[in-house]
Amino acid sequence: MSNMSMVQAINSAMDVMLNRDPDVLVFGEDVGYFGGVFRCTAGLQAKHGLTRVFDAPIAEGGIVAAAVGMGAYGLRPVVEIQFADYILPAFDQLVSEASRLRYRSGGEFWSPITVRSPCGGGIHGGQTHSQSPEAIFTHISGLKTVMPSNPYDAKGLLIAAIEDNDPVIFLEPKRLYNGPFDGHHDKPLVPWASHPAGEVPDGYYRIDLGKAAIARPGKDVTVLTYGTMVHVCLAAAAESGVDAEIIDLRTLFPIDIETIAASVQKTGRCVIAHEASRTSGFGAELGQLVQEHCFYFLEAPIRRVTGWDTPYPHSLEWSYFPGPHRVAHALKLVMED
Amino acid sequence: MNRPGPVAAPHSNLELYIPEPKARPGDTPDFSDLHIPPAGAVARPDTSARESALRELPYQLIRVLDDSGTATGEWNPRLPAEVLRQGLRTMLLTRVFDDRMMRLQRQGKTSFYIKCTGEEAIAVAQAFALDPKDMLFPSYRQQGLLIARGCPLVEMMCQVFNNSRDRLKGRQLPIMYSVKELGFFSISGNLGTQFPQAVGWAMASAYKKDTRIAASWVGDGTTAEGDFHYALTFAAVYHAPVILNVVNNQWAISSFQGFAGGDEATFASRALGYGLPGLRVDGNDFLAVYAATQWAAERARKNLGATLIEFYTYRAAPHSTSDDPSKYRPESEASAWPLGDPIERLSQHMIKLGEWSLEQHQALTAELEEEVRAALKEAESYGTLQNSEMDVQSMFEDVFEKMPTHLQNQLDELRSIGA
Repeated sequence: MSNMSMVQAINSAMDVMLNRDPDVLVFGEDVGYFGGVFRCTAGLQAKHGLTRVFDAPIAEGGIVAAAVGMGAYGLRPVVEIQFADYILPAFDQLVSEASRLRYRSGGEFWSPITVRSPCGGGIHGGQTHSQSPEAIFTHISGLKTVMPSNPYDAKGLLIAAIEDNDPVIFLEPKRLYNGPFDGHHDKPLVPWASHPAGEVPDGYYRIDLGKAAIARPGKDVTVLTYGTMVHVCLAAAAESGVDAEIIDLRTLFPIDIETIAASVQKTGRCVIAHEASRTSGFGAELGQLVQEHCFYFLEAPIRRVTGWDTPYPHSLEWSYFPGPHRVAHALKLVMED
Repeated sequence: MNRPGPVAAPHSNLELYIPEPKARPGDTPDFSDLHIPPAGAVARPDTSARESALRELPYQLIRVLDDSGTATGEWNPRLPAEVLRQGLRTMLLTRVFDDRMMRLQRQGKTSFYIKCTGEEAIAVAQAFALDPKDMLFPSYRQQGLLIARGCPLVEMMCQVFNNSRDRLKGRQLPIMYSVKELGFFSISGNLGTQFPQAVGWAMASAYKKDTRIAASWVGDGTTAEGDFHYALTFAAVYHAPVILNVVNNQWAISSFQGFAGGDEATFASRALGYGLPGLRVDGNDFLAVYAATQWAAERARKNLGATLIEFYTYRAAPHSTSDDPSKYRPESEASAWPLGDPIERLSQHMIKLGEWSLEQHQALTAELEEEVRAALKEAESYGTLQNSEMDVQSMFEDVFEKMPTHLQNQLDELRSIGA
């Protein structure tokens, strides 16, 4: 076991897989010699060689296309899209190619590729370095979408994603890279070293995709959330005094409906929290699933706490970000309903 | 404030330019602008030549067969007569197959078909010039690759019919084949996506120190897509062992090649800015297509990277069964095409060599028509699109490696309310 930040845990997952499987390759913009703008691939090229960890042209569509071709050959590429905001040039290759190759070829070819990308705000990134595009991927048949909230999960989930024979979108909340940010942006950074989930095994382990975790057990209300918002919701529960059961979805798709339904059926109340904007966000899907599975158990309308339906602003970042105050407000309202 | 600044000069008004083809329906076909150099005029550089020594090639036109059917010049691949006979047979089989399948679509036995009439030399000669294990990332008009690699016609027909023997389980539009064991990648239907994928495959082959190379095809219209440029960038940067082919058949549905920028510069010349060799080849000349492909393949196998090849040809067929070219181009344009027909030209060459005769050609045509008819009888016995009996379960399979719970639930839901 070692103390690892989320950056180090993600790096360790790729290191472990590069060691275990000669067919694993890592590439993307600035990931080679330099080690990535967030340092997630630092040292990997020096350790594993130029042909296994390398830089790519600034062409996200080309990066994913090359990965699809490598996957068809039999390799298991892991590519980095430098910011999730930049993934859209690769959208066609993900939606029309990687996700459908197995289906359209009758199972002859498939895309065992992992697309890592930092997402979310809270770093003063403005509208092109802060977005959370998970819902545009959960909508696509044939893709799996993952968003971890801590170093331990990040490593185990990334190893599972790399080993998966289907394409996986692996979104990394960049505000969590160096500490469990709870939304109190005016307080000093808390490093992962002081957090239990910063204790990470050095070797191989996996966390199966499609399994949620209960970040905080509680009896009053179920909070469905993921990524940075897990820590924001934990702070909100502590500060509001509401005994919330906080579910960290970890994998958005395939969704762990059993864990969600069991919790909501127990608490009878549900708040959904995500950083992405509201309309047609993943929260809409979650709300409908809760309605389908738990309607007769609900004692109050389901509430959503999300980013607003605006681009992610620069100067008003903290008015956009659904911080602990907004989550606590929703927790109180749902208890009064 | 009296700072000196830019001074407005008198300008004439700007005009927006929209390219137009030389001839429309009712006009006489006009290919007077085409510069067709004589066969044999282009020198064949060594396959190890530096790219800087190859920069004239994208503006030349590699031709081997002259108008009289004589093979001439340094690019003549000097193929044995048996290879010529096989090439001719495969091109003719492709044409007979296409004509029959087109008629079946008209009879309502399938929804859609795409012919490659006039372009048979490209896929067939390239398949002959490549190693059978090389990986092909085709577009939708390279059925000749599959036929050349010996794919059973029944197999292809079953896909077109989406019947019980369709290996793609009725999921793909007709002709969007996938035949892994023949090194034929799944055709997407989205244009150009396969081009950078082929580069990725070639990079993987090089990474694994394999000996196989990749080849991919797009049309003239698709060179405008970003994927085309991703492919050239990645191929150049990583010296990928891949042959990137542009089939310039002059028409992208109703848009002439000028809308992809073909009037401004040749498609082969796109290679220049990437530092890749670019060849421009008479696409209706079986020998020139073979020779150019062999040159690019040899170069790739020497670890010297990718080549872009433009095949200059004409789409004699409609874009697809959903298209009516008489609405946008002269009906006689195909017959006026100055580079002729690939089957007639190879046949003429073989007759001139004394290796072929009109009687043999007629006999072969009849034999291939019978081969297609027999295959069709078998394929139809497995069903056609009209009477396809797919189990609805197959709709939910292969979305993922293992069927997730939500898809199982949706299948149950469909069954419970009656499929």
